[in-house]
Amino acid sequence: MNALKALFPFHGGLKTVRHKAESNQQPIQPSALPRRLTVPLRQHIGAIAKPLVQPGDPVLKGQMIGQADGYISAAIHAPTSGVVVAVESRPIPHPSGLPDLCVVIDSDGEDCWIDREPVDYRHRHPSELRNILRNAGVVGLGGAGFPSAVKLNLSGSDDLETLILNGAECEPWITCDDRLMRERAAGIVAGLRVMAHLLKPLDVLIGIEEDKPEAIAAMTEACAGTGYEVRPIPTRYPSGSVKQLVKLLTGKETPVEGLPVDVGVQCFNVATAYTVHRAIDHGEPVISRIVTVTGHVRRPGNIEALLGTSFAELVEQCGGYQEGVERLIMGGPMMGFALHSDEIPVTKAANCILAASAAELAPELPVMPCIRCGACVEACPADLLPQQLYWHARAREFDKAQAHHLLSCIECGCCSYVCPSHIPLVQYYRYAKNEIWAQEKEKQKAELARQRHQARLERLEREKQERETKLRQKAPAKTPLTPDPTGSNIP
Amino acid sequence: MIAALIVLSAIAGVSGLLLGFAAVRFKVEGDPIVEKIDALLPQTQCGQCGYAGCRPYAEAIAAGEAEINLCPPGGQTGVAALADLLGRDPQSLSTGQGFEKPKVLAVIDEQNCIGCTLCLQACPVDAILGAAKQMHTVIAKECTGCELCVAPCPVDCIHLIPVAQTINTWKWNSPALQAKAAA
Repeated sequence: MNALKALFPFHGGLKTVRHKAESNQQPIQPSALPRRLTVPLRQHIGAIAKPLVQPGDPVLKGQMIGQADGYISAAIHAPTSGVVVAVESRPIPHPSGLPDLCVVIDSDGEDCWIDREPVDYRHRHPSELRNILRNAGVVGLGGAGFPSAVKLNLSGSDDLETLILNGAECEPWITCDDRLMRERAAGIVAGLRVMAHLLKPLDVLIGIEEDKPEAIAAMTEACAGTGYEVRPIPTRYPSGSVKQLVKLLTGKETPVEGLPVDVGVQCFNVATAYTVHRAIDHGEPVISRIVTVTGHVRRPGNIEALLGTSFAELVEQCGGYQEGVERLIMGGPMMGFALHSDEIPVTKAANCILAASAAELAPELPVMPCIRCGACVEACPADLLPQQLYWHARAREFDKAQAHHLLSCIECGCCSYVCPSHIPLVQYYRYAKNEIWAQEKEKQKAELARQRHQARLERLEREKQERETKLRQKAPAKTPLTPDPTGSNIP
Repeated sequence: MIAALIVLSAIAGVSGLLLGFAAVRFKVEGDPIVEKIDALLPQTQCGQCGYAGCRPYAEAIAAGEAEINLCPPGGQTGVAALADLLGRDPQSLSTGQGFEKPKVLAVIDEQNCIGCTLCLQACPVDAILGAAKQMHTVIAKECTGCELCVAPCPVDCIHLIPVAQTINTWKWNSPALQAKAAA
């Protein structure tokens, strides 16, 4: 019956290859306990967590090792018990391959927990619950890593109409949410209950692409009697992108440069709901996540990996690489990025490790001039004009690109995928966005310098006048008629 | 004839009063073009242009006394932005003032600092902290890399280090540049 409910298709999008069956056949495996864990302190959007430990400190599993620093930030916890051996910069999963501050922990093999305190969410004040989630390091696990406690606070604004749980998982190859929904639907729904308690929405919808019938069945069963509705949605990339999913399920268009909450909708990933459940009902902070290891590895599958485990170890657990791996990609082939090495740690945003061979990679065809065919316009799910954006980004006319709503681009890569001239369109948009943000930062810095310079000039002027006044007060005693004009510099 | 004269005079009178009122009510303090030019300058206050700071240079440009290509920290993009604002022809950056360089940060070697306060007085943005005969240090967040503190230091303990790239400042390259490099 649910399938009959009206959906509101979004513009554009693609039928992509799926490649889900490679990794979604086996149950989630627990990860082997690694000997050493490298836990980055920045695994979320916002300020980097403040380290709370020093080399030599013993830590317990679940102990906070990084404190949320500011409102938009999240806490980081020790994924196992052991000893901190270093707090230093190490490479983290990032397209740049640059290092960032990490806490390195040598495991003691005991895997000994801190005292966990489950709470009954029905008897706690919402702000208290948000604080628990904040201190448990709960962030969006769909890939963006935005601190969930912030999104669970409507700060007294309008009531929420719809709460959406995102189980679309539209990106090819990735199956971590699929397996999670199949195996731990009850946990997801328990977390969803806490979210609904905090947000008090009128409706709760769960969007799942229809190529995951087992997940849909499991979630429907877990939702029985709760009033939450599971809505199968067509398999069309990028249905899992927030604004597109909101449109698809509610028909509401999120405003340009706005958020779904502006139209009374809030959206969370299914894995995030699961971590909310673990944090509230079990007192466990986020110390692991499910990672799909797939592509050219011997036994593709999903692993519940402790944060900080190296990618190499996960690949090893999946039987190692097959012949012919050319590139390691974090995330899927559409939105993921190539990694510089496999000696980097799993973070909260690491949903998939794809060992790609030449067959999975799009062959690098020569880039040809844009022929204005408009295929990208047809494909763009954000209703933008990709060719205009391309011209402006290429010519470094960032203000014009911005006027064409470059910042509404979700970087889904549909335009690049369909471009018959093989123009790396989305790379141009990423580049232009980075430049715009950098210019913005530069401008803010210049403004600060201008203010400080102004303040300094005023201070110097004031001091000069004070000196002159002092001099004038003293002057009449010495030379009442001709005050020395050059004396103004003597303090 | 008379009626027309009266009507026209009345219109002229009312318009005059309105304009007079507007001139007082909406009076603009200072020269707005100076503000606009100043907003495009990098605010390093380094004086490489030959003026005492970014604002005096902006005033000189507005008065037509200075060329728009005298600011090395603003670089070629800065010149282009000024040309765009003022409707002048784009020029290449003048080489007499210095060259466009990567961003730098002043760092005081605290072992050698004698606490003379000379750099404190030279810093145009008060980004150096210290007192007489006390060790000084640069507030990295506020430093504009203007280099003005380097020359006054009697013990040469101030060095300029390039600003290191971090995860936060890293940017994607233009695919156009990459294609050119590969070709």
